[in-house]
Amino acid sequence: MMIFTLAARELRSLFLSPLAWSILAVVQFILAWLFLSQLNDFILLQPQLKMIDNAPGASELVIAPIYGSAAFIMMMVTPLLTMRLVSEERRSGSIALLMSAPISMTEIILGKFLGVFSFLLLMTIMLTLMPLSLFIAGPVDPGLLAALFMALTLLLASFTALGLYMSTLTLQPTVAAISTFGALLLLWILDWAGDKVGNESATGLLSYLSILRHFEALGKGMFNSSDLIYYLLFISLFLILSIRRLDADRLQH
Amino acid sequence: MSSDLLISVTNLDRHYGALQAVHDVSFELRRGEVLGFLGPNGAGKSTTMQIITGNLAPSRGQVRICGIDLLDAPRQAKAHIGYLPEKPPLYRELSVDEYLIFCTRLNRIPKAQRQAALERAKQRCGLEQVGPRLINNLSKGYQQRVGIAQAIIHSPDIVVLDEPTVGLDPIQIREIRRLIRELAEEHAVILSTHILPEVQMTCSRVQIINQGQLVFSDDIDNLNRRMRARSLILGLQQAPATIVGELESIEGVESVAALENNRWRIRHAENQSPASRIAEKAVKNNWELTELSPETRSLEQIFLDITSSEQAPSETIDSNLEGGQAA
Repeated sequence: MMIFTLAARELRSLFLSPLAWSILAVVQFILAWLFLSQLNDFILLQPQLKMIDNAPGASELVIAPIYGSAAFIMMMVTPLLTMRLVSEERRSGSIALLMSAPISMTEIILGKFLGVFSFLLLMTIMLTLMPLSLFIAGPVDPGLLAALFMALTLLLASFTALGLYMSTLTLQPTVAAISTFGALLLLWILDWAGDKVGNESATGLLSYLSILRHFEALGKGMFNSSDLIYYLLFISLFLILSIRRLDADRLQH
Repeated sequence: MSSDLLISVTNLDRHYGALQAVHDVSFELRRGEVLGFLGPNGAGKSTTMQIITGNLAPSRGQVRICGIDLLDAPRQAKAHIGYLPEKPPLYRELSVDEYLIFCTRLNRIPKAQRQAALERAKQRCGLEQVGPRLINNLSKGYQQRVGIAQAIIHSPDIVVLDEPTVGLDPIQIREIRRLIRELAEEHAVILSTHILPEVQMTCSRVQIINQGQLVFSDDIDNLNRRMRARSLILGLQQAPATIVGELESIEGVESVAALENNRWRIRHAENQSPASRIAEKAVKNNWELTELSPETRSLEQIFLDITSSEQAPSETIDSNLEGGQAA
């Protein structure tokens, strides 16, 4: 209950700033552009696709790439949304309102997480409206669409958790943003190095840690509980770290 | 009555690294009291308040709010406290109404009572006119009032105000002081300030804190008593060389100290001014009396006196007064 109050406040403040609106507009515009160009390519490819048996349909050729692009764009955008969560409150002193209210640190962190996450969920829903429009034109694989939706949602929740943690570490929102972006990019490209290490187990570990691998696997419609567990662990880890960090503010330095 | 004991703080310590911000502070507060926390900058006022309100954990010591240990059950304990920090904790992008409603939710006021709580807090802090306005567009004084409204919106047993009158104009300051006295009827109030008359006007008890330690803790009446005049300033144009001896022979005079420009400080017992006898003698001996006035000690002097030297207060009063009191 208290978590929702905090989340609602966070969401309200987001929408009261021009940042949220401009992010929504810019991301939606870019993704719509990509969607249209993918769709255009797909239509041009139609004659060749007819020749192939069991040819990939619009779901694989149009929808999946859109979610892939969305994931990449959101990696750059999420840090901007999470950077102020705690750092700005510390700077302006408004954190004292939460600290002296009869609520726990866990509620504060979960509320903030949920606030930004619901914004990102809204964005994902708006993105999903585009593939849904293809239902009018022809067959779309609803299972794949659901898998992509879930994969992106989990990915964005992970981004948010990491961004929130970075925001608890600093007073400067920009420092939080750049650290979040750096950490996310590193996790994104972690498996590139993995291929070159040569060592079997190291390669396995690095590719397991890579945030992109799990997204790609889920996005192909291969539902594997290890991918799901990866994201849930990732999210809980950074939420718990955030709670502990916030708690440590009160304690001995 | 023990049920009215709202705060009890025992042996509070807080370090910041090597710096000891609060050292062995203990005090109690009952319903109906206004406790003034007085001290120079960096004395540990804010730190103590942050500890009481759960914003900082003490390095050592215990804080009990309405009998609940703040460290063991922070949520239950915090429900009894309203806190206005030095910087009002505002969300500037929200309007006053939105912000205060959010505060009612934070403090778990049932939905049915939220509107009433909002109206009452606004009315008490003089915010009726600015409800729909954005906090960011309000003046510093109004922002401060929103901060106070936030602290009292859930009618907490204890209201902790850290320098509540900073940035307000004189009329607003008077209103806030009235509000504080009003709050004290039902709640206990702790306020910190370095404005001394504020303490005299609003507080029932005073604690002076310096370098993290409580150096003075007493009723305001006792403080006022300490400030009562116990010396006279005497000015004579034609004083004989034996003047000190002459004055000391007057009944009620304890000691005489010479000042510049033919003036003397005459110390006497409390409430037993020998002024009339001195005047009588001066006229009789043609000393040409130019000045005879009781010397009042301002709270500033007591404050300086206590904070600059805890060791030997009675000695330093004299040396402080030497420089300060001229007219």
